[in-house]
Amino acid sequence: MRVKSIVCVKRVPDTEARVRIAADGKSVDAAGAKFILNPYDEFAVEAALKHKEAAGAGDVTVVSVGDTASAETLRTALAMGADAAVLLKTDGKPEGLAVARILAEELKGREYDVALFGMKAIDDDLQAVGPMVAELLGIPAVTAVTEFSAEGGKITAHREIEGGHEVVELKTPCVITLTKGAYEPRYASLKGIMAAKKKPLEEKPATVGDAGVEVRGFSYPAERQAGRIVGEGPDAVPALLKLLREEAKVI
Amino acid sequence: MPGIFAFAETRDGEIRKVAHEVVTAARTLADALGTEVHAVLLGGPGTAAAASELGRYGADKVFVGESDAFVRYSAEGYTTVISSFIQEHGCDAALFPASSMGRDLAPRVAARLGVGYANDCTALEVQGGQIVATRPEYAGKLIAQVAATGTPAVLSLRPNVFLPTGESGKAGEVQTLDVSVNQADFGAIVREIKAGAAEKMDVGEAPIVISGGRGLQSPDNFKLLEELAEAFGGKAAVGASRAVVDAGWRPHSEQVGQTGKTVAPTLYIAVGISGAIQHLAGMRTSRYIVAINKDPEAPIFKTADYGIVGDLFQILPRMTEEVRKMMA
Ligand SMILES: Cc1cc2nc3c(=O)[nH]c(=O)nc-3n(C[C@H](O)[C@H](O)[C@H](O)COP(=O)(O)OP(=O)(O)OC[C@H]3O[C@@H](n4cnc5c(N)ncnc54)[C@H](O)[C@@H]3O)c2cc1C
Ligand SMILES: Nc1ncnc2c1ncn2[C@@H]1O[C@H](COP(=O)(O)O)[C@@H](O)[C@H]1O
Repeated sequence: MRVKSIVCVKRVPDTEARVRIAADGKSVDAAGAKFILNPYDEFAVEAALKHKEAAGAGDVTVVSVGDTASAETLRTALAMGADAAVLLKTDGKPEGLAVARILAEELKGREYDVALFGMKAIDDDLQAVGPMVAELLGIPAVTAVTEFSAEGGKITAHREIEGGHEVVELKTPCVITLTKGAYEPRYASLKGIMAAKKKPLEEKPATVGDAGVEVRGFSYPAERQAGRIVGEGPDAVPALLKLLREEAKVI
Repeated sequence: MPGIFAFAETRDGEIRKVAHEVVTAARTLADALGTEVHAVLLGGPGTAAAASELGRYGADKVFVGESDAFVRYSAEGYTTVISSFIQEHGCDAALFPASSMGRDLAPRVAARLGVGYANDCTALEVQGGQIVATRPEYAGKLIAQVAATGTPAVLSLRPNVFLPTGESGKAGEVQTLDVSVNQADFGAIVREIKAGAAEKMDVGEAPIVISGGRGLQSPDNFKLLEELAEAFGGKAAVGASRAVVDAGWRPHSEQVGQTGKTVAPTLYIAVGISGAIQHLAGMRTSRYIVAINKDPEAPIFKTADYGIVGDLFQILPRMTEEVRKMMA
C-alpha cells in the first residue's frame, strides 16, 4: 500500500558531545558541540523511505520544530531521500507538550497515513512527543516499534515490550514511534546531498506555549568512586564475591 | 488534599514488580504531603484477585477496573479510564512506571489532561509543598530537577530505583471502578503478545544484569553469561553492548546504552565491554558496577566499583561455579 508519511525530526547534540550547565544553572550550554539528526529519528526516516520504495509510491515529508539551525537537520533527512521539509521556527528549544502542540497543529492541516517519530530524543530523553501528538489529534499510536507493515489501509506494528513483543494493529492515520530494529539508517549519498539542496524546505514561524514542566536546576551526576581492581584472573573471583556480599550487600 | 495516583501495572492478571515500586514511591509522597495513595489497576476479568496486596506497599485505596477490552493493554482505553478517574478524584501527582506500558501511557494521559510530563524519574521529594522530581537528561550527562507548573504532576519512575522497604500495614481497601469502554472504539488493538526466548527476565527490570561485549568473541560464548545468570537463580538477565547487537549476536531488546535500554539494577556486571560513553549512558545509575576486562586501561574500570583484570574465558566459569556454591 502507498504510504504517505510525515516524519518529525529533532536536532540534538552528538552522543559524544560534552554538555555544560549554563551560567543560570537551569539551561544547557552545548556550544561547540556537533549536532546530529536524533538517532531514533534516523530509524523513522529510514522506515518512511523503505515503505515508499516498497510501494513504489508515496511521499515523505520531514518536519522539525526549532531555531534556524534545525534546517541543517532537515537537509540531512532530505539527503537520505525525504521529499520535502518543513521547519516550524521557534525561538529557543521547546520540549515535551510545547513541541507536541506545535506539531499537532501542523499535522492537523495535512494529509498522511502515518506520522513517524523517534522513540526518544537523546537530549531530553522524554519519550513523550509522539504519543502526546497522537492524543492531541485523537488518533491511535504505537510506541517502541521495531518494524511495521502497511496493508489494506491498516498498519501492523511490532512493539518491543519487556521479555517479548506485541503485535499491534492500527487504523490510519496513526502515530508510530521507532526504536532500533528493521530500519538500519542509510548514509546520504553524494547524489542525495546534492539533490537535497534543490528539495523544498518551507519555513513557518511557530509560537511556543507552556510545556507544563519547569526546570529548577541542572547538576552534574556524582562521579562514581574510582574503581577498585580486586585482582587479576580467576583467582580474584572469591574476593570479588565476598565484597559483593559483605561490603556492597547486593548478592 | 486530593491524593497521589499510582498506576499499578498488570500483565496477564498479575501485578508487576514495577507496580510495587510505583505504590512505594506514591506512599512516600503521600506521607510528605499528608494525603492518600490511590492505586488503580486495570485488566481483564479476574484482575481484582491480586488487588489487595498493594496495601502492603502503601496503597490506602485500590481501584480495580476490569473489562473484556482490557485483557491486553490499550493506550486509548487506559487513557480514557485513567484521565476520567483523575478528573473525578483529583490528585497532586500521577505516578507511572517507566516500563514499556508506562512510557506509552503516561504521556498520553498528560496530554489529555493538558499538563506536562517528566519521564524516567530517579528521585522524588517535596520542597515547600511542591513535588520536585530528579531525572537524568542527555543520557545521564546532566541531572535535572524539575517541577510541574500545573496539577497533577505526571511522572514516570525508573524501574528498580524505588524499592519497597517493608510492610506498610495499610488495608488496601479495594473498590470497583466502572469501566465502560468498547474495543470497537479503539484505533489500536494488541492482537498478539510474543514472548521472547523462554520468558526470561527483562534487562530493564532485573535486579542483576550481566552484559557482554565484543570481548565475548562469538555469539555462542554468550552461554557463559547465561550460565552465570542462571546461577543467580532467576534474578539476573543478560544484556549486551551495541557492538554485539550490531553484529547480530544478540537481539536489540538486550542492548544497554544510549540507543538501547537504560538500566539501574542493584548489580551490573560488564564483561568484555570497553565502557564507551554511549554504553555508560545506559547503566551508570546502577547501584554497583563490576567490570571484567583483560585491558587494565579499559575505561569501564573508571566507572566500575569493582574490577577484575583478566581473561573472561577463565574468569566467568570460575565465577559461575562460586556463585552456584554460594546460592546452594
Ligand atoms: C550514536 C551512537 C549510539 C550508540 N549507542 C550505544 C548503545 O546504546 N550501547 C552501546 O553499548 N554502545 C553504543 N554505541 C557504541 C559505542 O560507541 C561502542 O562502540 C560500543 O559500546 C563498544 O562495544 P564493546 O564494548 O562491546 O566493544 P569494544 O569497545 O570493542 O570492547 C571490547 C572489550 O573487550 C575486552 N576484551 C577482549 N577480549 C577479552 C577477553 N578475552 N577477556 C576480557 N576482556 C576482553 C577488550 O579489552 C575491550 O575493552 C553507540 C555509538 C554511537 C555513535
Ligand atoms: N523539536 C522537535 N521537532 C520535531 N520533532 C521532535 C522535536 N522534539 C521531539 N520530536 C520528535 O519526538 C520524538 C521523541 O522526543 P522526546 O519526547 O523529546 O523524547 C523525537 O524522536 C522526534 O521524532
